[in-house]
Amino acid sequence: MNWLERYQDPLTIQRVLHTARTIAIVGLSANELRASNFVGYYLKRHGYEVIPVNPREPEILGGASYPSLLDVPIPVDVVNVFRAPDALPAIARDAVAIKAGALWCQFGVINDEAARIAEGGGVPVIMDRCLKVEHARYVGRMHWLGFNTGRITSIRKGLQ
Amino acid sequence: MSERQAEEARSFGFETRQLHAGQRPDPNTGARAVPIFQTTSYVFEDPESAAAYFNLQEYGNTYSRIMNPTVAVFEERVANLEGGAGGVAFASGIAAQAAALFTLLEPGDHVVSSAALYGGSVNQLKHLLRKMNIELTWVDPDDPEEWRKALRPNTKAFFGETIGNPAGNVLDIEALATIAHERELPLIVDNTFATPYLCRPIAWDADIVIHSATKFIGGHGTSIGGVVVEAGTFNWSNGRFPIVANPSPAYHGLEFHETFGMYGYLMKLRAESLRDLGAALGPFNAFLFLQGLETLSLRMERHVQNAQAVAAFLETHERASNITYPGLPSSKYAPLVDKYLPLGAGAVFSFDCAGGRDGGQELIRNVTLWSHLANVGDAKSLIIHPASTTHRQLGDTELEAAGIRPGTIRLSVGTETVDDLIWDLDQALAHVK
Repeated sequence: MNWLERYQDPLTIQRVLHTARTIAIVGLSANELRASNFVGYYLKRHGYEVIPVNPREPEILGGASYPSLLDVPIPVDVVNVFRAPDALPAIARDAVAIKAGALWCQFGVINDEAARIAEGGGVPVIMDRCLKVEHARYVGRMHWLGFNTGRITSIRKGLQ
Repeated sequence: MSERQAEEARSFGFETRQLHAGQRPDPNTGARAVPIFQTTSYVFEDPESAAAYFNLQEYGNTYSRIMNPTVAVFEERVANLEGGAGGVAFASGIAAQAAALFTLLEPGDHVVSSAALYGGSVNQLKHLLRKMNIELTWVDPDDPEEWRKALRPNTKAFFGETIGNPAGNVLDIEALATIAHERELPLIVDNTFATPYLCRPIAWDADIVIHSATKFIGGHGTSIGGVVVEAGTFNWSNGRFPIVANPSPAYHGLEFHETFGMYGYLMKLRAESLRDLGAALGPFNAFLFLQGLETLSLRMERHVQNAQAVAAFLETHERASNITYPGLPSSKYAPLVDKYLPLGAGAVFSFDCAGGRDGGQELIRNVTLWSHLANVGDAKSLIIHPASTTHRQLGDTELEAAGIRPGTIRLSVGTETVDDLIWDLDQALAHVK
């Protein structure tokens, strides 16, 4: 799976985390025990505008849910995908169509055709990475629970 | 969300990571040393934040029985050095081991374990697991086929020590991981005697690594503690581990593996097992372990150098036999040492003193520099007679299986001037009849 490393570049991940404001979550569940709901809740807490994309729900996490990316009425900085890998090419085409800032596919949401479609359309891709974990690694408090962030730095920055 | 200085993806060396991993300068004070957060609890910003922390929707401190910022630096540093997804610290190595097992076992399950273990681990596996209605099979650590033959439909884990205590057997980690993974079971390895400097079991496909931090990690004989590291690659949703994968009645129906993915086992280990067993590591002990970790590679280099010389001396001594140091060229474990322990085979081993039980006790009575005590991994050299101390609760058959005879002496070779260590053993052996 070495081809995946191309879509896990730390500098791209940090740039997306620090510049994004709106995040459309495709496949966001209304069930608060599901992973997608954990991620959406977390991102809202950290100041991102979370846009649910799920045709089966009218509203999730207090925001209107849209049937597809094409229905979202505002610019989308990150398309964050919690769907089966074979749904990914169509989502990648939509991400290109709405000129999304990045396509971010969660753990296990892996599809090389979709990655090529998004990149070909000028949308940077992050794949097989969790948006919540990467935010917690570089900006948040993942280290408070003993997880290996892999970070080594002697720079003092930010209040926690 | 201001843009900050981005961090490059550099693979830092072990010596850099043993000093830096897990800690950034304290953002509030700039403190360079790891602050000791001597607090039981943490003020919440508001009710929503408190709820998010307890729901595990947000990473936040709640109570020091479950997490503490000083302990967290220690946990992340060991996890980083071992190459795991994360770590959870405990008040002792034995508590860490119990929690690692309880997180994945249910009554009616079965464990296959090396028979050559630390006596305290033998007791825990044999008696504590039986009280939980968990079955156990002891196997010869040197024969992977025996592990395969011990498999049952209800087997849930393989367990062994990288370097066995005190018989010095070296575990064929990769071979055992292969057999375990054919059956979709995790391999659990106690890496206490090797430390992550000499061996990193996860790189050989082990799934869970346990340490008694009391030993070489602390390195100075000051503190009791332990830590569990998980690789984060085991598929707990393979159908064999409903206790990890299914909705948890102990955490309002949370599915730990589905929700937290590669961090699911560790999250459950902390939020349930540590919470319920209560064996939390204190922040001051975590601080002392961090001080130890800063010099781990430097100490281990000297430990193995001295151990090699002491073992070579004993090998030529007429009153010492069965020297179990796996780093000796004559050891039957030499090929496994070349593979798993290329920087050295640790610093704990045993030998048989002439004169059996009386001879062993006479030797211990006459050493003046080696300390007679029940610990290993101190910077100071330690000596003990296992049959009358650490392994006293074991019967003759179990003693034999653990590689211990009446005259067996266990050494933990420290970092003193090596000529002084050899001098002391030499003069004490002269008293042995």
